[in-house]
Amino acid sequence: MSAIVSKVKLPYLLLLPGFLFLFTFFILPIANLAQTSTQTPIAGGDTGQYEQTLRFSNYIDAFTENQEQFARSFIYALFATVLALAIAYPLAYAIAFKAGKFKNFLLVLVVAPFLVSFLLRTVAWKQILGEEGFVVPTLRTIGLISESTTLTSTSFAVVMGMTYNFLPFMTLPLYASLERIDPRTMEASGDLYANGITTFRKVTLPLSMPGVVAGTLLTFIPAAGDYVNAAILGSPNTKMLGNVIESRYFKIVDYPTAAALSFTLMAAILILVTLYIRKAGTEELV
Amino acid sequence: MSTQMKQKDASIPTIPLNARISRWFGRNLIRIYALFGFTYLFIPVAYTFAFSFNDSGKSNLVWKGFTLDNWKNPCGAPEVCEALGNSIKIGLLATIFSTILGTMIAFAIGRYAFKGRSSSNLLIFLPMATPEIVLGASLLSLFLVFQINPGFWPTVIAHVMFCISFVVVTVKARIASLDPRLEQAAMDLYANELETFRKVTLPLVAPGIAGAALLAFSLSFDDFIITNFNSGTLKTFPEFVYTSAARGIPAQANVIGSAMFFLALFIVIAGQFVGKKVKVAK
Repeated sequence: MSAIVSKVKLPYLLLLPGFLFLFTFFILPIANLAQTSTQTPIAGGDTGQYEQTLRFSNYIDAFTENQEQFARSFIYALFATVLALAIAYPLAYAIAFKAGKFKNFLLVLVVAPFLVSFLLRTVAWKQILGEEGFVVPTLRTIGLISESTTLTSTSFAVVMGMTYNFLPFMTLPLYASLERIDPRTMEASGDLYANGITTFRKVTLPLSMPGVVAGTLLTFIPAAGDYVNAAILGSPNTKMLGNVIESRYFKIVDYPTAAALSFTLMAAILILVTLYIRKAGTEELV
Repeated sequence: MSTQMKQKDASIPTIPLNARISRWFGRNLIRIYALFGFTYLFIPVAYTFAFSFNDSGKSNLVWKGFTLDNWKNPCGAPEVCEALGNSIKIGLLATIFSTILGTMIAFAIGRYAFKGRSSSNLLIFLPMATPEIVLGASLLSLFLVFQINPGFWPTVIAHVMFCISFVVVTVKARIASLDPRLEQAAMDLYANELETFRKVTLPLVAPGIAGAALLAFSLSFDDFIITNFNSGTLKTFPEFVYTSAARGIPAQANVIGSAMFFLALFIVIAGQFVGKKVKVAK
């Protein structure tokens, strides 16, 4: 091989097919989407026929028309991320430090539920939280919720579904960074008269920050763009930006608005993520 | 109880019972919390499994009685097995292509220092940081521009596209953990580069490639959003579940979901077992 291909060219040759593929089916589509987002309907044309007019106010229109769904996407994603962190951190902590020889087994158990199809699990939640499930009657008997309160078709159900579905993306990076912590650093902190809470705040948490950052990003990004949970567990009042983009594409055939919304979503996520990484990157060391 | 207390009183300084209980909770709080966490994780799995035995007829919403019929005849409901077949075909093709392309990229980035390496890393990271709906929608727009009808091959292409990055990341991690001395030893023993690659490097990286392929298959098999944009009239298994969710999915879908769960669990555990044996052998 080395006789025919010089060493300098080899990495480029290895990259070539994959990058050609990514260029054609990732970069080019995104560029094309940008191009679609400023189109307007052809005068007198059929539904779904558009021409390029560089109408940038498509963005303003798309945003003002769907402000509510836009806000909802980010609020739901934020709640789901915080909840997932609250559930996953102790779970990952217990597996990393308290599980002993069952560590690998428990790790498999954390991932196992996600081997059942994502949609089947979401539909299962819908039925568990629904009128015929066991949760609603129980809560009514205890008196925690009134007779008329339902759990499905609410923001609560959508956020809960997202929390559940993106939980492994939170748990695995957290576990990876907690597992790497040398337990002796915590012992040292105890020897220096720090109590459990101080040790956690000053030693464990800062050392696990890379996992927290990775986990929250891996949860927040898909959650903000999700529409499956909102479609199955929600109602028309819980529609997220993803639901709007989907219906603009398939039901209304309004490609420019869908494209403008997709770009706004992507840009908003990128800005938030950049700000977040900067903040997390500087404050974790203080 | 009271005699026990008295006995203890004699030997150690008195600790009130409620203090001892709260101490026990304090020490085991994290374990109790983890137990709740696992319960939460497994509720829908248990539900899906239990309702695969429901003698439900068409809509599997209410428990009507135990039956093994659904497991004996998993293709009993219309379209279920056709959708499953589509998912498996698409999954296998997507796995093969994305594993080959991704492994090549992983070797280039993992083994060589070259100009443009960091921008290559960025190109791999970007698809993972883009919301699925944007990936799906943008690819559909491209297909529409070129007047390619959505369907089987567009779906395969879409899956290869989003799987590549995950393959690269997985294989690259394996390459990074290789001991370079093993390859040097092979070269010292007069193996040429190709022989070294074939007999030393590739076998050592193989578990990483196998893991990446499994990951790619499970990502492809379970994908809904990107598929929904690019599959047209073709129905994959997740799409089947989605469209039948409104009127209640047939119990056969629960059978297939449960079976996939046990199959995947078996592969994961077997993989860990083999991994352990290899480590011991070393």
